Amino acid sequence: MIGVELRLMLRRRRVWLCWVLLCTLPTLVAILLATTRLAPPPGRGGAFLSAVTSNGQIFPAAALALVIPIFLPITVAIVAGDTVAGEASAGTLRYLLVRPVGRVRLLLAKLISVAAFVLLAVLFVTLVSYVVGVAAFGFGPDASLGGTGAIPSLSGVELTPVDVVARTATTVGYLALCMLALGAVGLFFSTLTDSPLAATLGVLAFVVASAALQPLDAASAIEPYLPTSHWLAWIDLFRDPILWTNVRGGALVQLGYVVVAFGAAWANFSTKDVTT
Amino acid sequence: MIVATSGLTKRFGRVTAVRDVTLEVPRGVRFGLLGPNGSGKTTLVRMLLGLVHATSGSIEVLGEPMPRRARVVLPRVGALVEGPAAWGHLSGRANLRLLDAAGPGRSRHRRKRVDAVLEQVGLGGIDRRPVRAYSLGMRQRLGIAAALLREPELLLLDEPTNGLDPRGIQEMRALLTSLNEAGTTVVLSSHLLTEVEALCTHVGVMDAGRLALDSELAALRTPTGRVLVRTPEPDAVVGLLDGQVVDRRGDTVTVRGVEPATLNARLVAGGVRVTGLSEERRTLEQVVLELTGSGTDRVDRSPHGRRPEGPR
Repeated sequence: MIGVELRLMLRRRRVWLCWVLLCTLPTLVAILLATTRLAPPPGRGGAFLSAVTSNGQIFPAAALALVIPIFLPITVAIVAGDTVAGEASAGTLRYLLVRPVGRVRLLLAKLISVAAFVLLAVLFVTLVSYVVGVAAFGFGPDASLGGTGAIPSLSGVELTPVDVVARTATTVGYLALCMLALGAVGLFFSTLTDSPLAATLGVLAFVVASAALQPLDAASAIEPYLPTSHWLAWIDLFRDPILWTNVRGGALVQLGYVVVAFGAAWANFSTKDVTT
Repeated sequence: MIVATSGLTKRFGRVTAVRDVTLEVPRGVRFGLLGPNGSGKTTLVRMLLGLVHATSGSIEVLGEPMPRRARVVLPRVGALVEGPAAWGHLSGRANLRLLDAAGPGRSRHRRKRVDAVLEQVGLGGIDRRPVRAYSLGMRQRLGIAAALLREPELLLLDEPTNGLDPRGIQEMRALLTSLNEAGTTVVLSSHLLTEVEALCTHVGVMDAGRLALDSELAALRTPTGRVLVRTPEPDAVVGLLDGQVVDRRGDTVTVRGVEPATLNARLVAGGVRVTGLSEERRTLEQVVLELTGSGTDRVDRSPHGRRPEGPR
């Protein structure tokens, strides 16, 4: 069932469209920056954007910071909201269940396909923006002087390219986990309704609510448990030495969301009457 | 018994869709489940397949309790529930391959298996068009093909001829009959009486969630005690048997209260030419209309001016 689910996802035009759009935004930003050379001053604009004009290798980090607040969550909401509700509204859900595919297996396969989607999404953004970044901004002043293309970290210490690759890979994993948490919430919402659109909007409402509560002082007690609070914690990975506290805490909370949301999806779906 | 339910009841909130149904379908028959729209046929079929959970009562399919043993039972059951469904962006063949791969069972011979069922339902020459471009009849055939994958012992088909043209209906009837002769038990639900009458050996009639009847078709079609006389001289028959003629339509006269043999003798003695003489039997339609009320798609005003209740 997992293989079937992955094949179904990869053959959907919508999924590819999401990936293409996700890669388009950073490319557009790179082109604008490269043609105008008007990088935002440090401390303004998106994270890392002020540094990219001097070294293209940092552009993947800037690109991820660009897509994480809105763009990426929207695509996750679309794909995750469609998981069960899409099959229900198309009627294929009943044929899968009588095939038979166990209900838990079906949910698990859906979660895995969402995980594959988010991982590939983050990966594509990273790879495309690396190529675009290097093409637009080069390897940095150090490389042109015969060096190894060292990259300044946020703390000012120079990082080697190998180090940057390792840190970027960790970032990809961390962000994929954050988005998977959102995807798991989407999977749960998708078991509650037969309308994929309703589930997608539910996920977006969840993101907006979390983002609205986050800056509120009155909500400081629950702030560490809001999903959006941790979406930018990975920036600490580009400090030297790495500040692991926020990343570790964020990963735990996101993992908690995956477990709780999947549990809720299972509790709801395993005894649900399938009447579509 | 290949399907046996006892005291099966399903309530959706305040609405009771299926009420205390005790149904037994013997192995090897062609069973037709009849009933007006909203009488609970589809809910009953969904419960047999474990899609909907019963409020009370028990279900056995292929001798195993459902839905507890669904994992063992369902691979041996082929089903078409409330119309076919497929992934619209894929071709019919890709749909069947993925469906085949989704469930348990070996992947060996998948290609051959899929081609074989497509051939059976008359879609053997299908191209790579996505299902979204299929006609209603093609989708219906594809749905039946999906039910036939893995050679099921029991076929549960909800409205199998929906969307098919007369030739398609004929083909499907022939297919189901030949599968049944090869040992497959066929249970189909329909609101088309002629469909069930032409195909089935047993009938069940649902009305307002209850099973109003469960019987062999032949036993239902009892003689009404009236005789149909076909003659080129209907006026002569009416003249001869005045008072006993209940109906006259063209060259057919319906006569009551006489044995066919006696009637024949009287007609011959009276010099009336007769081209046909037969006992009138009840049609399935008469039986069903006697047993059932109107479906839930008809909403009459109740005599007290209150809003009528939904499906009981």
